[in-house]
Formats: sequence, C-alpha cells, structure tokens
Amino acid sequence: MNSVLKIILQRLALGLLTLFIVSIVIFTAVNMLPGDFAEAILGQGATPEAVASIRRDLGLDQHPIVRYFDWLSGALRGDLGNSFAQANFASFVGDDSGVRVSVAQQIAPRFANTMFLAGVTAAIAVPFAVMLGILAALYRNSVFDKVANISTLTSISSPEFFLAYVLILFLAVLNPVLPSLSNIYEGMGFGERLQKTMLPALTLTLVVTAHMMRMTRAAIINLLASPYIEMARLKGIKPMRVIIKHALPNALAPIINVVALNLAYLITGVVVVEVVFVYPGIGQLFVDSVKIRDIPVVQACCLIFAAAYILLNLTADILSILSNPRLRHPK
Amino acid sequence: MSDLLVDMRGVRIEGRSDETWMPIINGVDLTLKKGEVLGLIGESGAGKSTLGLAAMGFCRDGVRISGGSVSFDGVDLLAASSEVKRQLLGKRIAYVAQSAAASFNPAHKLMDQHVEAPVQHGVAGRAESAHDGVELYRKLRLPNPDEIGFRYPHQVSGGQLQRAMTAMAMACRPDLIIFDEPTTALDVTTQIEVLASIREIVEEFNTAAIYITHDLAVVAQMADRIKVLLKGDEVEEADTRTMLSAPKEDYTKSLWAVRAFERPEKPPVATDSTPVISVQGVTAAYGTVDVLQDVSFDIHAGRTVAVVGESGSGKSTTARCITGLLPPRIGQIELDGTPLPLDYRQRTKDQLRQVQMIYQMADTALNPRKSIGEIIGRPVEFYMGLRGAAKRKRVEDLLDQIEMPADQYFHRLPSELSGGQKQRIGIARALAAEPKFIICDEVTSALDQLVAEGILRLLARLQDELNLSYMFITHDLATVRAIADEVVVMKDGAVVEQGIKTEMFRPPHHAYTDLLLSSVPEMDPDWLTNLLKERGVDNIGDAAVGKMS
Repeated sequence: MNSVLKIILQRLALGLLTLFIVSIVIFTAVNMLPGDFAEAILGQGATPEAVASIRRDLGLDQHPIVRYFDWLSGALRGDLGNSFAQANFASFVGDDSGVRVSVAQQIAPRFANTMFLAGVTAAIAVPFAVMLGILAALYRNSVFDKVANISTLTSISSPEFFLAYVLILFLAVLNPVLPSLSNIYEGMGFGERLQKTMLPALTLTLVVTAHMMRMTRAAIINLLASPYIEMARLKGIKPMRVIIKHALPNALAPIINVVALNLAYLITGVVVVEVVFVYPGIGQLFVDSVKIRDIPVVQACCLIFAAAYILLNLTADILSILSNPRLRHPK
Repeated sequence: MSDLLVDMRGVRIEGRSDETWMPIINGVDLTLKKGEVLGLIGESGAGKSTLGLAAMGFCRDGVRISGGSVSFDGVDLLAASSEVKRQLLGKRIAYVAQSAAASFNPAHKLMDQHVEAPVQHGVAGRAESAHDGVELYRKLRLPNPDEIGFRYPHQVSGGQLQRAMTAMAMACRPDLIIFDEPTTALDVTTQIEVLASIREIVEEFNTAAIYITHDLAVVAQMADRIKVLLKGDEVEEADTRTMLSAPKEDYTKSLWAVRAFERPEKPPVATDSTPVISVQGVTAAYGTVDVLQDVSFDIHAGRTVAVVGESGSGKSTTARCITGLLPPRIGQIELDGTPLPLDYRQRTKDQLRQVQMIYQMADTALNPRKSIGEIIGRPVEFYMGLRGAAKRKRVEDLLDQIEMPADQYFHRLPSELSGGQKQRIGIARALAAEPKFIICDEVTSALDQLVAEGILRLLARLQDELNLSYMFITHDLATVRAIADEVVVMKDGAVVEQGIKTEMFRPPHHAYTDLLLSSVPEMDPDWLTNLLKERGVDNIGDAAVGKMS
C-alpha cells in the first residue's frame, strides 16, 4: 500500500508543478492579447491621458513580472483580484468612492452552475456510455453494435448547436416537455433547476457518449482474446458475466481515462451549448470577459479550467492505479 | 458402448487465414472411455490444442469445425445450442490451460475464481465449494491450503498456479478434463509435483482426461493410450506401452529418436590456456537484494558451458552481468585475460562485438518491420563497417551458414518464418558481429524437439567451424546432454556444482544436481511411479528441495 501512496503523492506534486507552469502560460498569453482594458472600455476616441489614468488605476502600468507575482501570490491566498468591468467608473471622472466586485464573487455562482450542468450530464452520460459499450462488446458485430456505433459517431460529428436545435425542436417545440431556455438563477428549487438543465445536459450527453462508449467497447474487446477470458468461457460462465466480471475489471484503466477527459471537457468546453440555451455558466462569462479584456476574470477562468483538467486527470491516474491488483496487493 | 464418454468421428477443423479457410484437422477420430487418460502428442502446429478444444465443442475465434461429429456422453456437441454447451462446460467438462499465469484472471482472488463454476452452475453454494477448494488445494499439496485461496494470481508461483488451476477444473467434479500442456512452462522439479498431483487426483475421482503435450516422456507417465498427430492427421494410436516399445510409423520413431543427439567428448582444456570468458567472484544485486553470490567459472575457446538451474536461480542474471547490462557489485569479467569494463556503456565497440547473445523468444527479439536482410545487415554494418555490395555479400554468406538460402529469405519479414527459422536468423545476427563468445539464453526451449535438435546441430557445427565459445543457459537437461562440454549448476544465485559434463552425469552428484537429474522424465511409463516411491510421496517438491539445499 505504501508504494501506492508514494505514487499518488508523486502525481500530486507533478500536478501542482503543471498548474504552476500553466499559470505562467496563461499570464503570458493573456498579456499578449492585442489591446487592453483601458483601450477597450474607452473606445476609439480615447485620449492618451484617460488611457494612462485607467492603466495606472488598475496597475496595468507596472512591469508584467511584478504583475504576475502579484497575481500569483493573490491566487495562492484565494484572492483572484477584482474584475475591471464591474468596477465603478465614477472614480475615473472624479468621484473616488468606487465599489469593486472581486473576481471570486463574480465567478463563484457561474462556476457552480457549470458544475451542476457537468454533474447532471455526467450522471446521465457515463453510465449510459459504459452500458452501451458493454452491450456493444457483448453483441459485437451485430446490428445493435453497428447501430450504436453509427448513431454515437453521428452525434459526435454534428456541431453542438445543431444537436441543441434538434433537441429543442423535438423536446421543446413539437413536444413541449422541456423548457428550451435554461435561465436558472439563485434560489431556484432543485427540481426546477434540474428540469431547466435537462436540454443542455442531453445535448452534451450526445456529444460525449461516443468517445466513452467506443473506448469501453474497444478496451473490453481487446481483452476478449486473452487466455483468462477463454478460461471463463470454458468454465461455462454466461457471456454477460464474462464481460462484466472478467473483462471489465481489467479494462478499467483506459475507460477511466477517457471518462476523465470527457468530464474535463464538460467543465471547460461547453460555451456553445451555454449560449444556445442561455445557460449562465462559466463559459459565457469567459467569452464575455475576453471580449472586453477583463483580464482578472479571464485569467481566473483559465486557471480554473486548467485546475479542472489537471485534477480530473490526476484522479483518473490514481483510480487506474488502484484498479490494478498488482499495485494494490504487492507480493 | 455405454461407457464411451467422448466420441469424435471424422472431425475436420478449419482456421481462417486472410479470406480463405485452411484445414487444421483433416478427419480425425477420437474416443475416450470414462476414467481413461488419452495422451495427444505432436509438434506445434499439429492441431493438438484445436482438437482438444473441439472435444469440448469449443472453437477459438477464426476456427470452425467443418465436418464430422463430436458427442459427449450422448450429447451431439455440434448440434447442441450454445446454452446446452455452456451448461456442460465447467460442470462436466473442464479445461486446464498451458499458462496458468495467463489463464487466471489477474483481477480476482484464486478462491473467487475457483468457486465461480460451481456457484454459477448451481452445483454447490459458495461456502461449500470454497471449503471443497481448500480440500483440493490440500490434496494437490499446495502450501498453506487454507490461506492460498485469498491471494491474487500474481502473488502465487507458476507451479502453484498450475495446481490451483487443476483444483479449479476439479471444482465441479467433471467427467472429463482437457489438460493442454499443463507442465510445459514449468521447471523439471516443479513439473514432477504437478504431474504427480494431476495423476493422483484424476485416479481418485476416476476422471477421464485428454492430456495434450509435445513431451513424450511426460505423456508416457500420464496416459493409458497415446495418439500421435502430425499436421492435422493422425499418425497412429496405441496403448502407452505398445507405443513406446514398438512404434509403427517412421514419424513416431523419429520423435522417439530425438534424444539421441549427443556431441562427442572433447579432450580436456590445456591447463595453461587463457579462457575466452572468465567470470570471477561476481556478486550482483537488483536494488538492494543480492541475486548472484560469488559466481565464478571459465569458458575456453571452442567450448560450450551449460548453465543449468530452475527459474530464479540466476542464470539469466549471470548473462546480464557478462554482457554489462547489469554491472556486478563485486567481482569482474575477463575477456581473453583482460578485464572488461563492468558497464556495457564503457566498453569499446570491439569488446561489445566479441560478446553476442541469442534470445529465447526469437519472435520478440526480431524487429517485425525489418526484412531478414536488414536485420542481419545491421550488425554487419555497425560492427564490421561493410556497406553496399560487400554488406550484401556478407549477409548472403551468413544466410548460407544457417542453411537458409539468401535468394529465398533475404527480403522476407520475420512473420513469414517458422519458429525454428526465426531462431536461425537470431543466430546469424549474432554471427554477423564475428564474436568469440555467444550467450544462448534458452534458445531451444520454445521450439519443438525436432526443430530444437536442428538448432543444436547447427550451433555445434558453427562452433567447430568458427571455434566459438558458448554459454548455454537452459533448464532442460536433455539439451545439456546434447551440446555441453562443461556444466555449471546454479541455485538461488550461487553455483552449487560445476565440472565436465560426463562427470556431472555420473554419480555421485551434489544433492541438488541429483534432484534436477532425477526429475527429468524418462520414457519408461513406470518412471514417475518408481520415482515417487523412491522419494517417498510426502518428500517430493518444495520440501525436498528445501531439505537438500
């Protein structure tokens, strides 16, 4: 067990190192964006004095390295800075009683919404995809297998907004069972929230199922030629049990990894679906912030996305290790 | 006949290769009575396993039974639905595979796998069949029978797994067990334990068995009747004693004759000559654990030293020390009287050239994407600096030396060769460096006896022509008898005995050498019975090895 603990700690340390490197990349990339907040907010008629004044006020006139370490040390303390856009610009015209909204305050509800959508989608998509993969492996090369493969491939190949509109057409317009607008807000009951989230969740399910299902199928079929599967069949074990009891436990590692990748996608890559359904998630906030060069928000979003990717992959790594009895039970 | 258990008539089996079906078995009859053991023998590719599986009504993917009939206890297995067959498998017909290590599911404990068939077939409850499992483990003389079932397969040694698999096959007390080369992958001393256990338990429960093997001496101990197969055809069938004493067909006689190859004894080495390779007091470790202790031996020009021992005795580790892959902790290796740098990275190209290696698995030792010409051409270019026409000429000469004409084989890929041919390519690749010394690591153990003999003869001829020295790592004493001049016996990382071959095979032996020698199966069908009597039944196996060391 000690060796497992050691591996986990190693991975954790590597994850933190990765996050640090990513933070440098994010900061550099965001600073390379053409134009800055001051120019964006003041528009074409800006006087150089006004631009300089806003820059000074937001600390944009300092050296990038200084700003990076300010940002990093803040982030380590949990302070992601203040949103530029939410600042009270009265200060720039003389009144200095400006109230500033912190990035954390702004992101928190959006991020919670995104996690909710990702959670609902995962709860539907992961069991669905894995079951579909198992059945496809069991009835491989049958009509069922082919239909499952073709339909999931079709759904992953279609643009997300197209899938979204098709679902709206069938589930909101022709058969009005689900709301087409997912404008959830704070204080909404869980049931209603769930109902409003259903269409985007179903759309995303269609997007992520193919990948997970095909990996489950391939990982299982890959093992079916191994001697221990032949042994199980020669023991007269029922085909379904051969797959679930003998193949699946040995196929977990690749399946877990693909599931983690798709979950990460659900957190970081769902802007289009959010826009279609007017879902107030972090993706929309991110895009809006890039548009107006609200750098603290952009950086914080990037950091959260990176952390989600790293954390999910780390979890997948650890679960894959734990799924191997050789590591759980050394000689 | 009412006591006929298996009745196969004119069975034809085909395997798919690309788009066509190629015959594997061409109309073979096979019958088995209750409680009878039939030995099925032949080279690899003879169709033994395929026929054995067909007796269970089972075909691997890409294989089909295209003709004849297979019936088990009156049930027509070819006509039966897969559900009917599934109910027979595991319950009344069981299978013991060649590699227990690969055939146990790595994700589950032994006992969970043991009770699966009885529970799933409704023969016994979990607790009851687990209790029975412990009893079977005890009968098969597994160590800690009460506790071993809670282990995962990777925590148990190969010989123990093989017995656990026999126990698993017995779980439902089947009428028929197919043993598919159950001891081929085991050391001789372990093989005896497994053979004795299998025989005992088959007799006790009056189980019928089909025992598949390529080892005649093994089948002589196990079977009542022997059937010889060659390329999908039956050669002959007779009861064991008749078959051993009076084989009718030439092919069977040639199988019997394989063990006759033996090199003449060479004159003793001059006392003042410098050995080609001298291993001096080598102690080596993996991590902090010493796996070799104070190993010393010399190998002279034109001589073969066989290094013998069970798996884990340090034979291959010694080879890794000599090649410099594992620098020894203490001691040194001399080449022609000059110490070699311990780490291969510090050796000169010429020093590297002098020590070459031929591997056990020719399959994995050859790059599957390179043609034969490229594989052999690489060391010719790297060590000898030949290019263009000169290189090609040299590769052709090498192919001639291994009796594989260049015009046929130069452009082929390894996948287009047989196992014996691949091993010949391995030999040619080692020769390409024009070495003085070649390490042969179990080079014949993956091959059939006839093919193996061809390889041994080739190596012997090359040695005479080129004055090569060999270090021959093997666990097969028949191979030692055939090719070695001197023998080094290893156990637990140390040399227990060494000397001239003829002396080694003549008593008195070191106790461990004696155990090894006496464990090699002989053709005499009473050999195992007598041996067990001699050793005392409780005395075989681990206990005996422990006591004698």
